[in-house]
Amino acid sequence: MRDPLRARMLRVLAGLLVGLLVLAGCVQPAPVPGAAPAAPPSTEVVELRITWYDDGNEGEILRELLDRFEANNPDIRVTIDTVPYSSGILQTLPVQLEAGEGPDMARVTQFGILARHFLDLRPYLSNPAYWEENFGPFLNWMQAEPGGNAIPGFMTQLTVTGPFINRTLFEQAGVPVPSDTSDQVTWEEWAAATRQVADATGTFAMAMDRSGHRLAGPAVSMGATFFDEEGHPRVVDDAGFRAMAEYMVQWHADGTMIPEVWVGTAGSYQAANEPFINGQLVFYMSGSWQVGQFNRLIGDAFDWEAVPNPCGPAACTGMPGGAGLVAIGTTRHPQEVARVMEYLTQEEVLAEFYARTLFIPGHLGLAAKGVDFAADLPQALTSLNVFAGEVGKLAPLAYDLQAYRYNTILFNAIRDRLTQVFTGELTLDEALQRMQDDIDAGIAATQQ
Amino acid sequence: MTDSRRVPIAPPAQLPSLPRPGWGDRVSDLFYALFAGVMNVLDVFFAAIQRWIGSRRMAYVFVLPNLLIFGIFVLFPMLLNFYYSLTGGTALFPQSRPFVGLQNFAHLFDCANFLNPNTCREDRFWRGVYNTVFYVVFQVGIMVLVALLTALVLNRTLRSRGFFRSVFFYPVLLSPVVVALIWKWILQRDGLINAALVSLGMERIVFFLNANWAVFWVIFISTWAQMGFYMLILLAGLQSIPSELYEASAMDGAGRLQSFRHITLPLLMPTMLVVTVLALIRAVQVFDQVWVLTGGGPGTATTYVVQYIYETAFAGQIARFGLASAASMVLGIALLLFTLVQLKVGQRSDIGA
Repeated sequence: MRDPLRARMLRVLAGLLVGLLVLAGCVQPAPVPGAAPAAPPSTEVVELRITWYDDGNEGEILRELLDRFEANNPDIRVTIDTVPYSSGILQTLPVQLEAGEGPDMARVTQFGILARHFLDLRPYLSNPAYWEENFGPFLNWMQAEPGGNAIPGFMTQLTVTGPFINRTLFEQAGVPVPSDTSDQVTWEEWAAATRQVADATGTFAMAMDRSGHRLAGPAVSMGATFFDEEGHPRVVDDAGFRAMAEYMVQWHADGTMIPEVWVGTAGSYQAANEPFINGQLVFYMSGSWQVGQFNRLIGDAFDWEAVPNPCGPAACTGMPGGAGLVAIGTTRHPQEVARVMEYLTQEEVLAEFYARTLFIPGHLGLAAKGVDFAADLPQALTSLNVFAGEVGKLAPLAYDLQAYRYNTILFNAIRDRLTQVFTGELTLDEALQRMQDDIDAGIAATQQ
Repeated sequence: MTDSRRVPIAPPAQLPSLPRPGWGDRVSDLFYALFAGVMNVLDVFFAAIQRWIGSRRMAYVFVLPNLLIFGIFVLFPMLLNFYYSLTGGTALFPQSRPFVGLQNFAHLFDCANFLNPNTCREDRFWRGVYNTVFYVVFQVGIMVLVALLTALVLNRTLRSRGFFRSVFFYPVLLSPVVVALIWKWILQRDGLINAALVSLGMERIVFFLNANWAVFWVIFISTWAQMGFYMLILLAGLQSIPSELYEASAMDGAGRLQSFRHITLPLLMPTMLVVTVLALIRAVQVFDQVWVLTGGGPGTATTYVVQYIYETAFAGQIARFGLASAASMVLGIALLLFTLVQLKVGQRSDIGA
């Protein structure tokens, strides 16, 4: 006797099968005999990805420029993956690159330590001489080996570290701005003046981004040498570095520096732009990349401007730096990446990019000609002029430090150990020894 | 002769017709048929296996899928982590990493005085260890106590008992990151609490710049966020205690405290043990909530071992995977010890019972 359940199941399955066949017939129409064969699919579109971060509006400008490129190059589509600077660029990207899972291009700042992951575009470029001529000095920062001649990318911006002031607070406090009357204002003079303003206006006197790079310029000004005779980084007995570190300890102890930035954070970079934008800071040690953001977010809400780097006994220097768009070695489309890079580095394209982002040009030709910055605010234009002037005053050691391959190991050790002095976990002597140990261990790890 | 007891039978009425099967019935028929079909196919497959290996070994076949998942996602990473802890350098892939033996462990345990992190070569690891021990002792102690008290209160007949149970449980449903962000907004310099203090004419307190305040809030917030979960387990334990025991003790003249001490506490002990061990394991792994709330600061006051491991492996410009793996092995061994202690104590209490 037949099982009625099984019989019903078979009927349902048969029905399902028929249904599926009908559906399949609908999806794939049967070819009509004698009809022309279907046209082959259009040329394959290559998708390229850029890992990017924003300080200001540069992501929007880049997108607009790439839209124009894509309109003329329909075989390439470029996707911009915008990530946070600290967690995306400093922390995640290096692991992705190490795993061979990186993007086709990336905007980075830590050139030396990542250089071995970059692609040398030289074989794919139509005119490598143009790159050497206009980006030459910065290409040195991107070499995997000293003396290399690879062309991995170009500088989306050249940066110079330096301070901003809130002039409105000086006026409210009736305190003269020290740099109005002197070309060379010391760190002590700035600290004294800003403390007066802060006391009178109920604000904070000073802040510095929580970054070893930001501290390096002032330390060089105070006479830091950073390297021993063999070229190995050395801070433990560097008198100039110690002098600047002592200032930082003192300013955190007496409330001159806003404590949230260095003390309130552990283990990562922290900018102090928010309190400055909110009008809570008199003096903010940061750099030229903030101009675009301040132009947009502060506007003319109060008078802000960049001032020349404060002086120490050895110099009045900031640090050079910058961000570059580099090609990544694991890309499967080096030709297409080179085409995008060649487009973006055309003089008129880069001129528009620098002008609209308010970035100091990292293209020597444009720097010589000058860029017509798209800013009406006198505060932004004054600041850009100040930073442009600072480029010529940078100490040679500042350039050496920026070009040093393991500088991020040095900067991070300085940042983290100095914070422990501010919180009382270490004495300055202990911290200097710890910095040295961290630097030595970090460099040794890279050489294992 | 007619039988007077015979009951006349009414002519059969017409049976009501069955309703026609609707779409719901057809869909359920379809699913049933599919299910039956799949089961029939599996039956053939498993019958063949059973004939081949015998019915006694079939249990292994059923355990196999879970074992494979465990092996791939837990056991293999653990073994890989152990291998990484024996290697050095900064390369990501194991084949590119030089073998350094126990060097990473020696580096971690290179201490002149284990009670003073400043004398240790890897001082940040030991600061993380001490911070974690402090956190575990206080957070777990306070949380289990508060969860027990809350469970005891909510076990009584109260008005709106369901509402209060929900109120205490809802924070458990929030992501640790959300919890941290909410409390950060409340506690920061211009946050809710400081706004209230200033409006009352008091001084602002910048909680995250003071190590003691930061540690206090980290423990408070994690207790607030997790307590509901453990309270629920304890509540279930309390409700499983037979009410006859309390009635009998009341008849014997026992007071509330005596009932609690001699009935509730002993019978709740197995549940308390489970709660304590679960809370301990979770406390040792503390990271995400604190990372968002304080970033580990001020200084390293709220930097715990897992944050040290994360930063050593991923957040620094030099990825020291070997050292981070060695630290995570040490943490894993500590957790294993906690679990063994739990098993031992559990066995002892079973024997006692």
